Amino acid sequence: MHVTALTSRHKALGAKMTPFAGFQMPLVYSTVSEEHQAVRNACGIFDVSHMGEFIIKGREALELVQLISSNDAATLDIGEAQYSCLPNHHGGIVDDLLIYRLDEDQCAEGEQSFMLVVNASNIEKDLQWLETHNRFDTRIINISDKTGLLAVQGPKAAEVLQPYIEMDLKDISYYTFRKTSVEGCDNVLLSATGYTGAGGFELYATSESIVKIWDALLDGQRADITPCGLGARDTLRLEMGYCLYGNDIDNETSPLEAGLGWITKLKKPVFHGREIFLKQKEEGVVKNLVGFVVKDRRVPRKGYRIMNGEDIDIGTVTSGTFSPTLEKPIGMGYVKRGYNKTGQEILISTGRKSLQATIVKTPFLK
Amino acid sequence: MNLPAKLKYTNEHEWIKIDPEVSTDDQTVAIIGITDFAQQELGELVYVEVETVGEQLAKDEVFGTVEAVKTTSDLFMPVAGKVIAFNPELNEAEGDNPGMVNEEPYASGWIIKIALDNPADLEGLLSAEDYQAVIS
Repeated sequence: MHVTALTSRHKALGAKMTPFAGFQMPLVYSTVSEEHQAVRNACGIFDVSHMGEFIIKGREALELVQLISSNDAATLDIGEAQYSCLPNHHGGIVDDLLIYRLDEDQCAEGEQSFMLVVNASNIEKDLQWLETHNRFDTRIINISDKTGLLAVQGPKAAEVLQPYIEMDLKDISYYTFRKTSVEGCDNVLLSATGYTGAGGFELYATSESIVKIWDALLDGQRADITPCGLGARDTLRLEMGYCLYGNDIDNETSPLEAGLGWITKLKKPVFHGREIFLKQKEEGVVKNLVGFVVKDRRVPRKGYRIMNGEDIDIGTVTSGTFSPTLEKPIGMGYVKRGYNKTGQEILISTGRKSLQATIVKTPFLK
Repeated sequence: MNLPAKLKYTNEHEWIKIDPEVSTDDQTVAIIGITDFAQQELGELVYVEVETVGEQLAKDEVFGTVEAVKTTSDLFMPVAGKVIAFNPELNEAEGDNPGMVNEEPYASGWIIKIALDNPADLEGLLSAEDYQAVIS
């Protein structure tokens, strides 16, 4: 089992630890709803150092990224990031990821450099996938083991972080990033991204720096920053309708089915799965990922069947939780073509009983 | 971990005790809840569902369900009996406070009361010491 540089800190804070993607990670420190509300209303800090990071660097770095990614990395300026996915050859998804276009200080003349941030559960699979398709003049460097990641999220994230950073955080707009110094640690990649919908930043740095920054931020009697675990990370992302790899998207789901058409740039001439996605766009997809709100207080769980009013099986639940903000159970799942209309009444079968639910537009939180 | 010595326990992380206040010569009433260990493992409960009040159930039959943020878990009868009450504090229509199970699993957070088929059935259950071994 892998650990992060902060494992002893989590244990000292009394976190309940859980194995996740081969890592020992904090699930919850106090309660999921307290941590969730801290992020929605103030500021929470997550250790997400389990995430994987690869550097793609070389004269044809862009060509490799363009081939394997559904989004268009040619639109990225240095200092910008984008969400994307790695399609496989049959129209499924190898992984979803963030792509950062890095500065070229460390590059030789004519080279470009990108950082790919991938799911911890897929690091080996992704690396193999990238290497298999790297017929370009470019290198793939896996920096996952030495790279830590903190997510500082919430409406007060900038206020909490600002005292530790020289540059004005207001200058970092959404989905852009800077290399900066934080609490005396150089070369911290500070990115205005996140997985909570609450705004804030993600900080990539060496494991050593991550510990220093964590200690500085949580030091003293700061009431305005709350350590948060994977439990709250899941409720926060689900309220926003963000996909979780392994639940809502996987090797068998198409980005168009998952509502990720916006990161699937069919105008880009060459990338994996393009022909399949063009055909899906033309003919329509066979199933759609939808969000739904359950009327009863029962929580929908992954794998529960979705039925229509006539008790005909129309799909499967892929994620579900009790939304702390809406105080209602919410979920996402795939339904057969034609059943994805907003307002459509559906039934969720727990195996023993049927729960009434209504399809709603995501994000659940407006 | 809080494990009152006077209670009986099950491998399914429930506790049971005789309720002397409402027991009569004709009927022995027992109170059932989940253990401190169980509520910690489940995390915050968002809902407790019991739709078996009035039903006669066998040992190990499902009498209800608890919903935590991350998981759903069935509740099993530690012994045979008739379900005669569901804690109004937890009931959505009344107290609507499932978090009471997290706060006071052995007191205000009790889940059901049953009329025991056979009070001697309790002797077959786990002592606090036995249960301690189950969870450690």
